[in-house]
Amino acid sequence: MKVPYSWLTEWVRVPWAAAELGERLTMAGLELESVEGAAPAFSGVVVAQILSAEKHPQADKLQVCRVSMGQGEPLQIVCGAPNARSGLKTALAVVGADLPGNLTIKSARLRGVESHGMLCSARELGLADTSSGIVELPADAPVGRPVREYLGLDDTILDLNITPNRGDAMSVLGIAREVAALSGSKVTGPERRPVAAALGDTFAVHLDAPAGCPKFAGCVVRGVDNRAATPLWMRERLRRAGLRSISPLVDVTNYVMLELGQPMHAYDLARLDGQIRVRQARAGETITLLDGKSVEVQPDVLLITDRSGPVGIAGIMGGERTAVSADTTDVFLEIAYFTPDAVIGRAMRWGLTTDASQRFERGVDPSQQERAMERAVELIQSIAGGETGPVEVSRADAQMPARPAVPLRRKQLTRLLGACFEDTRVQAALEGLQMRVEPTSEGWSVTAPAHRFDISTEADLIEEVARIIGYGAIAAGDAVSSEHFRALPESIPEERGLLETLALRGYQEAVTYAFVDPQLQSRLFPDRSGVALANPIASDLSVMRVSLWPGLIKAALDNQRRQQERIRLIEHGARFESADGATREVDALAGIACGARMPEQWGLPREMREATDFFDVKGDLEALFASLGAEAAFTFEPATLPSLHPGRCARVLRDGHPVGWLGELHPSLVKELDSVHAPVLFELDVESLKIARPAYREISRLPQVRRDLAVVVDESVSFSRLAERVTLAASSLLRDLRVFDVYRGPGIEAGRKSIALGLIFQDISRTLTDEDVGRLVSAVVTELRTSLNASIRE
Amino acid sequence: MQDLESLVSQALGEVAACGGLAELDEARVRWLGKKGALTEQLKSLGGLPAAERPAAGQRINEAKERLQSAIDARRDELTRAQVERELAAGRIDVTLPGRGERRGGLHPVTKARLRIETLFRRAGFDVATGPEIEDDFHNFEALNFPPNHPARAMHDTFYFPDGRLLRTHTSPVQVRAMLQRGAPLAIVAPGRVYRCDSDMTHSPMFHQLEGLKVDENVSFANMKAVLHGFLQAFFEKDLAMRLRPSYFPFTEPSAEVDMSCVFCEGKGCRTCKHTGWLEIAGCGMVHPNVLMASGIDAERYTGYAFGMGIDRLTMLRYGVNDLRLFFENDLRFLEQFRTL
Repeated sequence: MKVPYSWLTEWVRVPWAAAELGERLTMAGLELESVEGAAPAFSGVVVAQILSAEKHPQADKLQVCRVSMGQGEPLQIVCGAPNARSGLKTALAVVGADLPGNLTIKSARLRGVESHGMLCSARELGLADTSSGIVELPADAPVGRPVREYLGLDDTILDLNITPNRGDAMSVLGIAREVAALSGSKVTGPERRPVAAALGDTFAVHLDAPAGCPKFAGCVVRGVDNRAATPLWMRERLRRAGLRSISPLVDVTNYVMLELGQPMHAYDLARLDGQIRVRQARAGETITLLDGKSVEVQPDVLLITDRSGPVGIAGIMGGERTAVSADTTDVFLEIAYFTPDAVIGRAMRWGLTTDASQRFERGVDPSQQERAMERAVELIQSIAGGETGPVEVSRADAQMPARPAVPLRRKQLTRLLGACFEDTRVQAALEGLQMRVEPTSEGWSVTAPAHRFDISTEADLIEEVARIIGYGAIAAGDAVSSEHFRALPESIPEERGLLETLALRGYQEAVTYAFVDPQLQSRLFPDRSGVALANPIASDLSVMRVSLWPGLIKAALDNQRRQQERIRLIEHGARFESADGATREVDALAGIACGARMPEQWGLPREMREATDFFDVKGDLEALFASLGAEAAFTFEPATLPSLHPGRCARVLRDGHPVGWLGELHPSLVKELDSVHAPVLFELDVESLKIARPAYREISRLPQVRRDLAVVVDESVSFSRLAERVTLAASSLLRDLRVFDVYRGPGIEAGRKSIALGLIFQDISRTLTDEDVGRLVSAVVTELRTSLNASIRE
Repeated sequence: MQDLESLVSQALGEVAACGGLAELDEARVRWLGKKGALTEQLKSLGGLPAAERPAAGQRINEAKERLQSAIDARRDELTRAQVERELAAGRIDVTLPGRGERRGGLHPVTKARLRIETLFRRAGFDVATGPEIEDDFHNFEALNFPPNHPARAMHDTFYFPDGRLLRTHTSPVQVRAMLQRGAPLAIVAPGRVYRCDSDMTHSPMFHQLEGLKVDENVSFANMKAVLHGFLQAFFEKDLAMRLRPSYFPFTEPSAEVDMSCVFCEGKGCRTCKHTGWLEIAGCGMVHPNVLMASGIDAERYTGYAFGMGIDRLTMLRYGVNDLRLFFENDLRFLEQFRTL
């Protein structure tokens, strides 16, 4: 909210300059967002009067003016503004004046006529975004006086961020109350002037929904001139508070709202049909609002109606049918109290946030409607004339908001804040906020003023005390940490350990959005459905990821476009599985690798310069599993997933249970996505990555014996089957089984392959003899021959 | 016999002329081998008178020994020369780059988060987590946000058609932890949160850390000490901190936490918008309604809660000036954080 400093000083004595005022308010919870001047810097601009204006001899759109600035000879000034006319008082930038935008005024010759200065528009002085002519000053403006001084432009505007609990602070009056509480002074403000009713006219108002509208002040004003000019001081205040001047009636309603925080509405009396009823909307009812938009209202919406139907949505916006116009002469003024519950959330349905709805939603002082009416009538009459009827107030007292007394215990105040304040300070802080404070045996009984909607519990009062005394007055206490040992399961790896293991193998952690492109996702996972957002930020970020792959693939492609040749990324985060309306969040660790096997470097064997393949990434996973002490518990079985190459895809299992996937992106996707390489992808459930606690096994001190076997089997025989048979036949004396070559080609029949195995034997209790080992090997050979139709290559 | 001396000097000459170990060995065989020239001399002793034999034998043996030690010395020399030649041949350019895999790294936000978790763990807080898809109860209602309350408008919430939502803050973990564990309780809950907002300084997904401590006699003053202690430890700086009143529905009193700007030491710069202060967290004493909604006796227990943006802490710690960099996953950016 923008509050001009000068306006504030009309309501309270401000003992601080603007900067300090901002700091004090910030430290009291009304955060200063920015401070700005009422106008940008300029100098050399004075009030001047045009003595004569004649057409320029050489140019149709220019006039040659004689202008008086009060002293010396009148100046000759060429001006292009259509409103430059004899007698007008306006702003003159004299020769040598500095205007906003680094403009310095010099004498010039315009189409052959000399010009000694410039008549300024509001835009040229930085007072408006657009202007249609030069500034028009009132007839009584003192010629020769600097414009800055005359318009009070050295004023400061404080832009305050008002939190949603402080509806009471959304006005000049509200800020003045805070200043008074902080400085120990009183709110003053302009004197109240009761409405002097010259007419007997009233307008009937019925409160049919008193729960939403328990109070409604109405007043008829006749004979106003809505074409009158709003005085400059009011236009300036509105401008500084961020509003545009429109017409006297609209300007006054806005002015009263800004000053007192009380939204109000002016109806064109001639367009109102019969009496006013404030009632709930009926299903299917529609209303055309002031902004021309037609909306349908629901039964929980409160309407202001006349005999012909709705004339406004209570607390949000008036209707078009009864709106005031330039021709309006008779008005009916509405100043009501609508409860927050009757207004809250409604405006958003039609995408509206109005100054009125913001205030009513947060709570408008229910006691001030009469005062606001007095102020409005006074201002309207002084600007646009007219005669007024009496102020009529309809109320439903039973429905008016109550302000019950809230107990504040001295002990709780000290306990919650961890600081002790003297009773007198506590009481002064609360009374300064216009609270009624009565001492009790345990502390105080406190009643909040009508304008405060945020005081209902003891904690609310404690905050008020702390806020006014200052949070800075509470010294930091002890951190209070209780020493006790919490569980630290050794089976759960630290996240850092998992990520570091992969980082050391070249992977860089990425963080991608949890919502992904539905097209890419359904292309990758046609059989999984992602939960879609109702209000996505972009269409390609609209469904929750069922896997981390869509995000990682996109990140890899983005990096390819940034000319990165070798990409290895991992991500740790939730993926969202949904079935039957329920969503399960699965903690996942996924990766993508493409480009060369090793970073580009000298002296690498050729095969290490080739593209990363399935087995490279499998090696990374095996290293990860080894770090869990569980390499043997994890197995890889051939399987298919629509997104992966059907022949290069494995399901990862731990102790036989599926826990993830590993494979190369399907070639058709590689092509579709225009990827430079075929990336290898993996995804694991983090839940499965438990550490198997190491348990000591005795080490054999006896020599080990190695025998190598080249086994030729059909292509269809997997290594895991081969290993299974070898292990079975070789007995427990087999310590280790290694694969040191896989060969296809000359010497091996088509459809077969040769796998070179290294078998390492060792006993714990005796040295194995050649015969022992020979027997074991021949048992293996026999087993492989019979069960796998293997032959042994000599 | 008469030629022993000349034989020896001939032999020594040959040994000295040997250019290689093989050649030297040949010379040794030629002179000292079973049929070597000096060995042959011993055989001729038989032709000498018995009285002369010992003396002659001794001379021959001495001659052999002299030759043998000359051969040994030459062998050492040649071996040394050969090692040297091999060493010279084996010289490498030690300035060439090393070979092997290059280290990857953790995301800067993860690095900062793990550091924050460690600091709080050491201060007695457990790390808790919660789901990212939440319901209205945990994200708003139990945190004292009434339906349609304007405070909800501060959160640009992503919704699903069935009314569930993406959590807008990590505060729902407070509620879950209190419901599950009861009091006393001290947790921090880091995680991803979502708001329907995207521009220079907002990402629709970002990271928060929630803290909650509930116990008997936990006070605002304790909270102040914990937050100040954390900020000083995280930034390894003796920085100033201030709390200023604010509003969150789930705390009362509520405060915004400002710390003195880490770039200008509070003197005023672009990062702190020339105020000398950086807004770094929100905090407050847990609202009695929140304690009660979570089944905790609000008369017996008090608590404080705080929430801070991990991304912002990361930016300040590492001098990153654009939030969006964190989610672009540009390797050239990520690689800058490849430290433990």
